[in-house]
Amino acid sequence: MAKSEKPELMVNGKRLDGRMSGDLRHVRIESGVLKNAAGSAYVEWGNNKILAAVYGPREALPKHTSDPEKAVIKCRYQMAPFSSLEEHGRTGPNRRAIEISKVTKEVFENVIIRENFPGSEISIFVEVLQSDGGTRAAGITAAAVALAGSGIPMTDIPYAVSIGKIGEHIVIDLNKIEDNYSDADVPIAISPRQDKILLLQMDGNMSKEEVSKALSMAKESGKIITKLQTDALKAPYLKISEKYKNGAPSMPQQPQEQQPQQPK
Amino acid sequence: MKTTITGEYIKEMLSKGLREDGRKFFDYRPISITKGNLPQAEGSAEVNIGNTKVIAGVKVSVGSPMPDKPDEGNLITGAELLPLASEEFDIGPPSPEAIELARVVDRGIRAAGVIDLKKLFIEEEKVWDTFVDIYVLNYDGNLFDASTLAATTALLSARMPRYENEEVIREGNLGKLPTANIVTSSTFATMANKLILDPSGNEELFMDARITIATDESNVRAMQKGLSGGFTANEVEQLIDLAIEKSKNLRQEIKKTIGE
Repeated sequence: MAKSEKPELMVNGKRLDGRMSGDLRHVRIESGVLKNAAGSAYVEWGNNKILAAVYGPREALPKHTSDPEKAVIKCRYQMAPFSSLEEHGRTGPNRRAIEISKVTKEVFENVIIRENFPGSEISIFVEVLQSDGGTRAAGITAAAVALAGSGIPMTDIPYAVSIGKIGEHIVIDLNKIEDNYSDADVPIAISPRQDKILLLQMDGNMSKEEVSKALSMAKESGKIITKLQTDALKAPYLKISEKYKNGAPSMPQQPQEQQPQQPK
Repeated sequence: MKTTITGEYIKEMLSKGLREDGRKFFDYRPISITKGNLPQAEGSAEVNIGNTKVIAGVKVSVGSPMPDKPDEGNLITGAELLPLASEEFDIGPPSPEAIELARVVDRGIRAAGVIDLKKLFIEEEKVWDTFVDIYVLNYDGNLFDASTLAATTALLSARMPRYENEEVIREGNLGKLPTANIVTSSTFATMANKLILDPSGNEELFMDARITIATDESNVRAMQKGLSGGFTANEVEQLIDLAIEKSKNLRQEIKKTIGE
């Protein structure tokens, strides 16, 4: 699509999609969506649709990548060639995707208790099926749920969100068109219990005061995102407890002791 | 995981006329097809066959024609065995398996004339490129049939962008991608001298040979035999009949999904 003139991103404090500056897009998280993975999550974040899956801990291969003291974390973020409304994308990770994979990996290196799994690797895969701005934040949020769902011990469940600047306004969760024309973009990942910033990137033009406002807005949104993450993790179990709310199912009759078959 | 005990178990059951999951030899696992899951793509579909899950996305862009077909659009099919789909899939350039999958799906679609490529001509040196990308999200066998179902459904439900004043218009009131046929495929495997339809992931670990037969309503449109084992000519003939028979239901599922 040809770059047309910059649209008016905010009119009377309202953004193009009707949100106020502090409003997140609609976020839906589902845990345990893929059968083969140790843990997985599907996140719809506005028009973003993202799958994350975790494999491992498993033997770190090739061998030279392993660490005898702790697990190594491997991460690949990738955008599907059909993910955008515009042209068909190139297949495979480009330089942008490789950078995002790296910073995502570093977020999880902080929270996974890696010492528990020396010599092994834990692989995190983030596939962006449909993109509309803020995919790295949504991907990290999804990967955190996939990891927690896999049962890999972590000190915290991080979340991520991107904060932006539109003219004088600091706004949360830029969508694609806002991202294209905004004055600054700051993706942030936070581990809420440690209260540590695990990912921070920025480009644009902001004063120190604006940066601190962005940080506090990210933390504010964390209350919502963290709740969505933990609710998603609990949902499959709540379904089971709902199913058996009138008591445990009767156990199937134990078959009479069978003679083990002798090989002939 | 490929263990001797699983293989022996599967083969012993087959010799008694049984399958691991209780199916008959020529039954599919439950199939579900949904379309339009990714509305930013021109077309999309998700297919589940048992625990196998694939999505297909269609993008349409302006490109140049092939030198030997200056008045036809292009079909470009890709497939990725994503590492999140199975312990066995690695990151890296497309594996021979992924390339075979993409090419077999491509041949079925192309040979059956699912897309009317002649209608994708824009002007001299300009035609529409139709990209079909298959994303394997969870592997449990029979990717060929799942991918062909997903690709066909995504194409049949795809929007057609407009080209106006050197610009591609992808939103608003758009027509449909010109399509002219429906293709489906049925994949059979042989193992312990038995023929089975729709091999599961476990069955694929131990099959001797595999054959995919893509058909439309009446004719064979593409075939691919795989692995080191073989089929007799009689078996191939029998399986073609079965594939055409099975295609009725598959075509019905596609039509139901696209609302015809």
